[in-house]
Amino acid sequence: MNLSFSPEDLKFQDEVRTFLEENYPADVKRKMDNGIPLEREDHLKWQKVLSKKGWFAVNWPEEYGGTGWTVTQKHIFQNELAAINTPSIVPFGVSMCGPVIYTFGTEEQKEKYLPAIRDNDVWWCQGYSEPGSGSDLASLKTKAEKKGDKYIVNGTKTWTTMAQHADWIFCLVRTDSSGIKQEGISFLLIDMKSPGVEVKPIITIDGSHEVNMVYLDNVEVPVENLIGEEGAGWSIAKFLLAHERTGIGGIPHLKREIKRLREIANELPLNDGFLKDDDLFMDKLNKLEIDLLSAEFTELRTLAAMSAGGHPGPESSILKIGGTDLQQALSELFVEALGYYAHPFMSEADLASNEKRIGPDFAATAMPHYLNFRKVSIYGGSNEVQRNVIAKAVLGL
Amino acid sequence: MDFALSEEQKQVQELITQFIAKDYPFDVREKLVKSEDGFSKEFWKTFGEFGLLAMPFSEGDGGFNGGPVDLMVILEAFGTGLIVEPYIPNIVLSGHLISKLGNDDQKKEILPKLLSGELQMSFAFTEPQSRFDLNDVTTTAKLDGDNYIVDGYKAVVMNGPASDKIIVSCRTSGGQLDEDGISLLIIDKDSKGLSSRDYSNVDGSKASEITLENVSVPKTNLIGDEGKSFKTISQVIDLATLAISAEAVGIMQKMNELTLEYTKTREQFGQTLSKFQALQHRMVDTFMVHEQTKSLLLMAAAKLNDNASDASKSISALKFQIGSAAKLIGEESIQLHGGMGVTEEMSIGHYFKRLTTIRTIFGNSDYHLKRYSSL
Repeated sequence: MNLSFSPEDLKFQDEVRTFLEENYPADVKRKMDNGIPLEREDHLKWQKVLSKKGWFAVNWPEEYGGTGWTVTQKHIFQNELAAINTPSIVPFGVSMCGPVIYTFGTEEQKEKYLPAIRDNDVWWCQGYSEPGSGSDLASLKTKAEKKGDKYIVNGTKTWTTMAQHADWIFCLVRTDSSGIKQEGISFLLIDMKSPGVEVKPIITIDGSHEVNMVYLDNVEVPVENLIGEEGAGWSIAKFLLAHERTGIGGIPHLKREIKRLREIANELPLNDGFLKDDDLFMDKLNKLEIDLLSAEFTELRTLAAMSAGGHPGPESSILKIGGTDLQQALSELFVEALGYYAHPFMSEADLASNEKRIGPDFAATAMPHYLNFRKVSIYGGSNEVQRNVIAKAVLGL
Repeated sequence: MDFALSEEQKQVQELITQFIAKDYPFDVREKLVKSEDGFSKEFWKTFGEFGLLAMPFSEGDGGFNGGPVDLMVILEAFGTGLIVEPYIPNIVLSGHLISKLGNDDQKKEILPKLLSGELQMSFAFTEPQSRFDLNDVTTTAKLDGDNYIVDGYKAVVMNGPASDKIIVSCRTSGGQLDEDGISLLIIDKDSKGLSSRDYSNVDGSKASEITLENVSVPKTNLIGDEGKSFKTISQVIDLATLAISAEAVGIMQKMNELTLEYTKTREQFGQTLSKFQALQHRMVDTFMVHEQTKSLLLMAAAKLNDNASDASKSISALKFQIGSAAKLIGEESIQLHGGMGVTEEMSIGHYFKRLTTIRTIFGNSDYHLKRYSSL
């Protein structure tokens, strides 16, 4: 056992750090550091920097444009990305659809879709949940009927993150209703420009437009857009969810945020001293930092095991629960740090304007984050569903 | 970065697991705990023959050059079988104090016997008022010619009853809480003026209240420089904290296994307990907490191994976590066993008792959270 970085690792860290310092676009950085919501183009501008360097599809097999990095190198890379507050990578193409295509797709499909994901030429979104199918995802009803060389798709998808920006959507659709509900699900790729696709925003309690309803009304989809066999969609979905869950905890970002909260505690006035003099507050901060250490090393252990033995399994559910608990606890602590100044509401337009903000600089985003982060224990399979997965698949209950 | 154990470490793990399965079932352990010594001197010698006692020492000291990771492997495996033999007082505490501070004569006299299992020792570092603060020492040692005259009281000294020799932290100068002025003396248990009140702890281990009245100790029994031992004591207690945390992680693993097994067989309302979702989710939580605690254990072992600048801070993070995880896993295991969980006849309650005392030994969660913040 050896958990320290080798000289090669340290050299790699330097290389990453230098590259990021020199290539992180200044206008995107300004928005990130000031809590100004990003536009579609901001995300793409940043992600294309990584694509151009060959550092975007980090986890892919090398033959499709992956980096071939070790677990340690990936860990270093993620930490460096987070340390300078770069935008989170939009995961739907590179972390979800990509792995599905290179694992289950045909050669033609790989050639058609993978380079565009890797180079950030196409924006993907995820068509999983439906108004009647949340945690019970397999009960989904969106129907795809085969007519000649096309599927005719009808149904409604919901909670579709950033669908307003997306070029394509990967969908779970029902191609057969006769058997048990897990059978008869298929994995279909749909061009968002197809006639019959309509996107409507859902505004969440933090006031942001992040998720959408996607209506599919007699949408014609070529049969060659089916991934895997007809009816194989559920096992593909499970594969993808395990991939989704590993990175979902956002641990590198939490490390940066907890450091920032410590700095805030040192500077934020409280009575005749600073917030850091409040022992009860600092106890909570220190406990969170210890929880974060344990989550970080649990993730590293899982990644190390994965690199030895293939794809993430049900253990990824542990990371999802642990990481999202921490995200929520930390977002709450930012709110607590502010007292009354957590309350003034700033719209996305207010945030983007140059007018002086009310209260401390970080106040404007603290409560919206707390509110927004209620989602993390719900999405990607609610944390209750994750517990069911562990109970069944790991504990054999 | 590599989390895998070496082949040798895996063999040690396997050796202990087999020993527990073959020679150390729960009923054997129960008989040992109730015996006069409170543990088996025979098994202790067996551990010596296995090389487990010499493992964490340098070759020069008669050991196998093992380090914190090897200690972790041994103690975690010990935890699964609730081994009561006094490894931490003898090997981790006394042995390391001597190997770090002892001169050649002292090492030559003590280490071979300690590492072969012939000699029993303990480290007396707590006093009634000191709680977890290693710098709080009121027991005094005053030099008088070629001897120190020692007066004071040491509390809950682990392995005190079986000990032939006790290493005692004494104040040779300074005030009650000063880090400077703390010295270590090896005192024979049968010295004149040393009286020992021996007793059992709730976890089956044995301890003593040691009173020292005008005890004359040869100057040659001082280990390390006079008044300069605080730092080494801290380092050795850090190592012992890692060791006892590893034991706790082994116990947690076993308690989770026992509980899982029990709920799969016990039937109520026409189905096994394991079918109730309310209980399933609780077992998932205890499973996760064990994994998360183990992650911190590995991290802290690696930090100590590398002599990292934040090694002590990592130890406090670990022991903080051990405290809260032990409470959760211990109490949940008892609750899920229902009434059977509180009977003396089932092993689960005995694991619970040891896990509960470990929450306190070398500092509880509150102490280590404070220490974590200060480092």
